[in-house]
Amino acid sequence: MTASPLAAREATLGYGRTVISADLTVDIPEGEFTVIMGPNACGKSTLLKALARMLKPSTGTVLLDGRDIHSQPTRAVARRLGLLPQSPTAPDGITVADLVARGRYPHQGILKQWSADDERVVAEAMEATDIRDLASRGVDELSGGQRQRVWIAMVLAQQTPLLLLDEPTTYLDITHQIEVLDLCAKLHREGRTLVAVLHDLNQAARYATHLIAMREGAVVAEGPPADIVTAENVERVFDLPCRIIDDPESGTPLVIPKALASAPR
Amino acid sequence: MSTAHRAPDLAQPLAAGRASVGAASEPVPRRRTGRRVTGLLVLVAAIAVLTVLSVALGARAMDLGEVWAGLTDPASNAYPVVTELRLPRTALGLAAGAALGLAGALMQAMTRNPLADPGLLGVNTGAAAAVVTAAYFLGFSSFTQTIMFAFLGAAVASVATYLIAGAATATPARLALAGAAVTAAGYAYVSAIQLMDAASLETMRFWSVGSLVNAHTVPIVPVATLIGFASVVGILLARPLNALALGDATATGLGVDPRVLRVAGIAAITVLAGTATAVCGPIVFVGLVVPHVVRAFTGPDQNWVLPYSMLTGAAFLLLTDVIGRVAARPAEVQVGIVCAVVGGPFFIYLVSRRKVARL
Repeated sequence: MTASPLAAREATLGYGRTVISADLTVDIPEGEFTVIMGPNACGKSTLLKALARMLKPSTGTVLLDGRDIHSQPTRAVARRLGLLPQSPTAPDGITVADLVARGRYPHQGILKQWSADDERVVAEAMEATDIRDLASRGVDELSGGQRQRVWIAMVLAQQTPLLLLDEPTTYLDITHQIEVLDLCAKLHREGRTLVAVLHDLNQAARYATHLIAMREGAVVAEGPPADIVTAENVERVFDLPCRIIDDPESGTPLVIPKALASAPR
Repeated sequence: MSTAHRAPDLAQPLAAGRASVGAASEPVPRRRTGRRVTGLLVLVAAIAVLTVLSVALGARAMDLGEVWAGLTDPASNAYPVVTELRLPRTALGLAAGAALGLAGALMQAMTRNPLADPGLLGVNTGAAAAVVTAAYFLGFSSFTQTIMFAFLGAAVASVATYLIAGAATATPARLALAGAAVTAAGYAYVSAIQLMDAASLETMRFWSVGSLVNAHTVPIVPVATLIGFASVVGILLARPLNALALGDATATGLGVDPRVLRVAGIAAITVLAGTATAVCGPIVFVGLVVPHVVRAFTGPDQNWVLPYSMLTGAAFLLLTDVIGRVAARPAEVQVGIVCAVVGGPFFIYLVSRRKVARL
């Protein structure tokens, strides 16, 4: 594992006086597809927000390339690290191409307006997410899966080696969830470092190359899915008795919840 | 042999297919620039025509020859009316209209609230409260003193709204609530003073109808300078506001600090709307309606919405002022009233269509 481009060092994270995570230390390994998972309210989205500099740790630091992320100009950070939040909003009537083009913001300036380079990058981002045919459509007419691909294209247009995605599959049906995750896997194969928060344990086990399991604000286990998705760990994190079998499709661990004795048959 | 001949035929559609697939590096057609440039030219032409009308038309009917003499010959009878009254009034109408249009567009973009207008920051009430304070406690009565106080009041109210909304932690919803609170408190204060003091009521009545009648007594150079400076700042916010339109989180991801952007936006809005309101009284509906009409034409790109709103605001205010001057000759209807009469029903129409664009 090479040096970590993004890390939290003894960070205390929370909102107001509510502390979600205390003294959290996490390394995002370079070139991996990291998935942060855990039960509801375990602090996984909070960690992602902190890594994306949307939340400033009350103590400790978040390091981007070894330096405090909050001490770096926000536009410079935006050229290193792209973020897809959980529920971004699209202005009414905006077209797909215009929305994707807004990803170019950190590369532009007052004197450096829209360039041929911007045009090319936007076209490539739309190609990579397979939305070129939608270019002149309104974002509000699209299906949930298409819209999510448009947002991913917007973040891709930002041209960052690091991508942070906060629950990119929420609100999507299963087909579109897989479609979005396949796209993420492709982006990872092309050399980007990805960090995503996911709800579905089996999807996390299948797509992640590095898993961070959290519970009550602390990291309980981390490592490759094959090593850490064990019946013991799943019970520790989710309080869920289960069996682990090999996913017949991918060979990755597959979590099968045990039938509870009290459950109706 | 025949295969050798057919090969090119096969290759051709293949190559064509590849060309259309591999078009990734070709520009994506996405800009409505042509239409929007044309619209801009039409707007500028409309403003030119309205400017001529505003100088030529008034309570006192004149033919074009008289108007020309009024502009060029200081000795003519028309000179005091045209050069000393109508010209400053036209200039003020343009400046105030542009300021209100831009302030409204900035306010709506900043709060992502299509029903927002600068009044939401407490600008109108703050100015009104300052006007009655100046009249009642300090006994000011000159128009120049009144407008300076009104501007100060507008600034204080919008800073207060921002602080009550939580300063750096202000969200659009908290800004709206804080603005409503400041507005309510301000109106209570204004009403109380007016009930106690007839002179304040009179000053207030004079100021609050929303009028360009006193344009000749307005220090137009400082007013125009303030508005011009704040307009430049406002227009420069177009790109970060485009990022903010995608939500605070996305904007942060793109390298915009929403807190810094809100401070800059509120500062620009306060100067724009504060100056216009101080000088003309509270003119509602320009800041609210103009950006709606503009967005329907330009789409949501603030690079177009902001300059369009400025020009449309200027044209709209000048038009309503001219209408007010000729509608009830020889009397006049104040521009604020015409704006409300024209803008009110139009706004009800917009809302009833339920097509109030989200931002």
